[in-house]
Amino acid sequence: MKLLQLFVFSLAAFVAVSCGNPANAEQTTEATNTEKTDTQAEAQTVANTAPGKVSVGDKAPDFNLKNVDGEMYSFENIKDANGEAPKGYIIVFTCNTCPYAVASEQRIIDLHNKYAPMGYPVVAIQPNDPAAQPGDSYEAMKERATEMEYPFLYLFDEGQKVYPIYGATRTPEVYLVDAKQIVRYHGAIDDSVRDAENVEEKFVEKAIEALEKGQEPKPAKTKAVGCSIKTV
Amino acid sequence: MKPILLITVILLSISCNAQPDKQQKDTPTTTLSRTQNATTEANWPSPNKYVEGIPVYESYSDIAPMFALKNDTTYVINFWATWCQPCVKELPHFEQLTEKYKDSKVKVVLVSLDFPKQLESKLVPFVKKHELKSTVVTLLDGKYNDWIDKVSKEWSGAIPATLFYRADQQYFLGHSVESTEELENVLNNYIH
Repeated sequence: MKLLQLFVFSLAAFVAVSCGNPANAEQTTEATNTEKTDTQAEAQTVANTAPGKVSVGDKAPDFNLKNVDGEMYSFENIKDANGEAPKGYIIVFTCNTCPYAVASEQRIIDLHNKYAPMGYPVVAIQPNDPAAQPGDSYEAMKERATEMEYPFLYLFDEGQKVYPIYGATRTPEVYLVDAKQIVRYHGAIDDSVRDAENVEEKFVEKAIEALEKGQEPKPAKTKAVGCSIKTV
Repeated sequence: MKPILLITVILLSISCNAQPDKQQKDTPTTTLSRTQNATTEANWPSPNKYVEGIPVYESYSDIAPMFALKNDTTYVINFWATWCQPCVKELPHFEQLTEKYKDSKVKVVLVSLDFPKQLESKLVPFVKKHELKSTVVTLLDGKYNDWIDKVSKEWSGAIPATLFYRADQQYFLGHSVESTEELENVLNNYIH
């Protein structure tokens, strides 16, 4: 019986909230205030997590990482598709296992095929610790690169030394670096990481085209949902 | 007694649907009872539809009011997906928080960012299997760059990520948690 009383009471409360006209009226007025409070709340936010360490305009830290072919690569010995010193580097933190990285895989291949001949090769860096994500071991990277015939370098951030210096947080995440090793664009490949069919704006392509014209990429920074980089 | 009550509820909910809100397109199933209190909260955004009782928001603008409620409840809003390992690993801590604070003004909302095509094949079975007690909703908006900053400027987009807020106070956690205490620590130290 007690349960029944409780039920009837909550039912009454439910009715009062959802059916009462005054409540509805209140709902409408408060709804119009929503946007304002949203911006206020944003403005009051205090930074309490470390932001990415490398921002647009900063020098891109150099690295010396092992490619899936066993060779070591750093800015100095990376070449474009013509064997020339690149005009820029499309550094992509990505991996085998993240569903969003997988969804972006073909787009990364396409980026390299389109832009490496123009002087902008893709340099993929796999930042996950295989101890936390066995599917991202160096062996698994080699297999994936062979299977998908990656036309670009697929470097292993062994010991996870490089991604923290960049401040990368997720896969996939792009840093477009120019010939002077300055970061000119940071963020997503395009505006629809999850689903290639819904892409409307190709951020990296736009950024490269801006660089080609001697302009600043706009936007120079974007965000997307991705898998957090795996550590033990 | 029970059938009568059930009928009363159904009748009442039908009579209440005269509201000008977006209508629930799918017939809510039994799992909806879990989220029913959510949908009756003042200013709680109406979903575009339900999939097996799970509220589905199509765009960020549809769910936005959930991040701007002006009341005395602390909302703990976690972004996750069934395909995200660290997200799944930390879920039990959010479930414990829900259980521990069920009589307090703390509400945990698990916002799934699962692939729209995998709601029925992945999300629904996951929620059922784990009998999640926290409110689960799903947001389909894949134009992330348009809304990540609206949740928090500190958010890089990596998941898991959790926003705590009460009225104008908020705290953003951009990494996974290892314990329920870690969540309680935020509640106690950053939200007053």
